[in-house]
Amino acid sequence: MQQDLNYLKETPSQTAGPYVHIGLAPGAAGFQIYEQELGQEIAGPNAKGERIRVEGLVIDGTGSPVKDVLLEAWQANAAGIYAHREHPGETEEGFRGWGRVITDFETGEWGFDTIKPGPVMGRNGQMMAPHINLWIVARGINTGLNTRIYFDDEAAANAKDPVINLVEWERRRATLIAKRSDQEGQLLYRFDIRLQGEDETVFFDI
Amino acid sequence: MQDRPLQQAEFYQRDRRWHPPAYAKDYKTSVTRSPQFPLISLENTASEITGPTFGHNDLNPTDNDLLSNFAAAGQSPIGERIIVHGRVLDENARPVPETLVEIWQANASGRYRHKKDSYLGALDPNFGGCGRTMTNAEGYYYFRTVKPGAYPWRNWVNDWRPAHIHVSVFGTGFAQRLITQLYFEGDPLIARCPIVNTIPDPAAVDQLIARLDMNATIPLDTIAYKFDIVLRGRRSTLFENRLEGN
Ligand SMILES: [Fe+3]
Repeated sequence: MQQDLNYLKETPSQTAGPYVHIGLAPGAAGFQIYEQELGQEIAGPNAKGERIRVEGLVIDGTGSPVKDVLLEAWQANAAGIYAHREHPGETEEGFRGWGRVITDFETGEWGFDTIKPGPVMGRNGQMMAPHINLWIVARGINTGLNTRIYFDDEAAANAKDPVINLVEWERRRATLIAKRSDQEGQLLYRFDIRLQGEDETVFFDI
Repeated sequence: MQDRPLQQAEFYQRDRRWHPPAYAKDYKTSVTRSPQFPLISLENTASEITGPTFGHNDLNPTDNDLLSNFAAAGQSPIGERIIVHGRVLDENARPVPETLVEIWQANASGRYRHKKDSYLGALDPNFGGCGRTMTNAEGYYYFRTVKPGAYPWRNWVNDWRPAHIHVSVFGTGFAQRLITQLYFEGDPLIARCPIVNTIPDPAAVDQLIARLDMNATIPLDTIAYKFDIVLRGRRSTLFENRLEGN
């Protein structure tokens, strides 16, 4: 008889459901329970780099904003280093690189404040353009969706980015690129996510 | 700028046939929220291999006790008192130590403490419905809570969710991030649930069913269920050089 490989199987995913806030953002569900909720501050005051805000909507296949989404952001610091023991290099005290936001129950808008990340070394010595990794869960999303936010003022780096270039359809690459504007001194990037339909956002199997 | 490559092994590919597909027509909400293009397959980079880390400063030691973390002094929630415990492992059966596990659930009458839940079931003034903890060095975690009630939801006309606890786990890399639901052994609603049935393989569903664990019950106090969670495994260091193309 042949031998067994003896690997375990990954626990299968299930939707986060409509009440994900209770567990991950209880204040938004309408009650206070923890001394501190996690994921409120991505880049503390000591973090170097350009202060930015990223905002958007999550839009479903009917063109409507989705109002019960939770998003998590994971990013490197301005020097391209992740706050993780396996990533060589140092990050500033108070820079976590991770944040959690929810969409507004009325409008579906979400947004977070952070610093613009630097380019990160990718595979085979290829540099990746500055980007923020996003993970999206909600009612009706059976397995969390992964995408990346790139920045439209990094056109040269984006053109060489090995991940953007994996997307064979050039017109779909634009769905990964946030649009910069200056709102009375506040640097804002707009990143709308389309779950389905025309201009569906590129999602990754990471 | 960092030009030294990350010397770190990749995670095993996710078995997308073990997970539910994005589009599952019997779970109606998924119909308009499911991407139709195939996912773009990405080999791991530093962005996927690294992930947020948490410390004991982020939590209170009592955050894992749902019997007391919202109750008034001297009070406790109504319902069957249970322990949910187990280990967080990876696909190589290695424990995942010091990782954050968060849970949320309805109370014993099937009602959530959420401003959007308007179910008839009563709120329990002594039950919040969320908890969080870090696994220990052996990947072990536990919570005390009450067994959640089943509740009806709008999908088909008469759908009832089996009793369940929502579970969120991190692991060491962002690629391991996972949210799932824990069900209870013997519940006849499991087989009827359109959300459970988004998972195609019955063996995968079995992995979400916590087992009654009489050895871990505390006599005359709390009954126990065991629930192990498996995150993606990663290659051994043998393959590290290959990752970097040497
Ligand atoms: Fe639920």
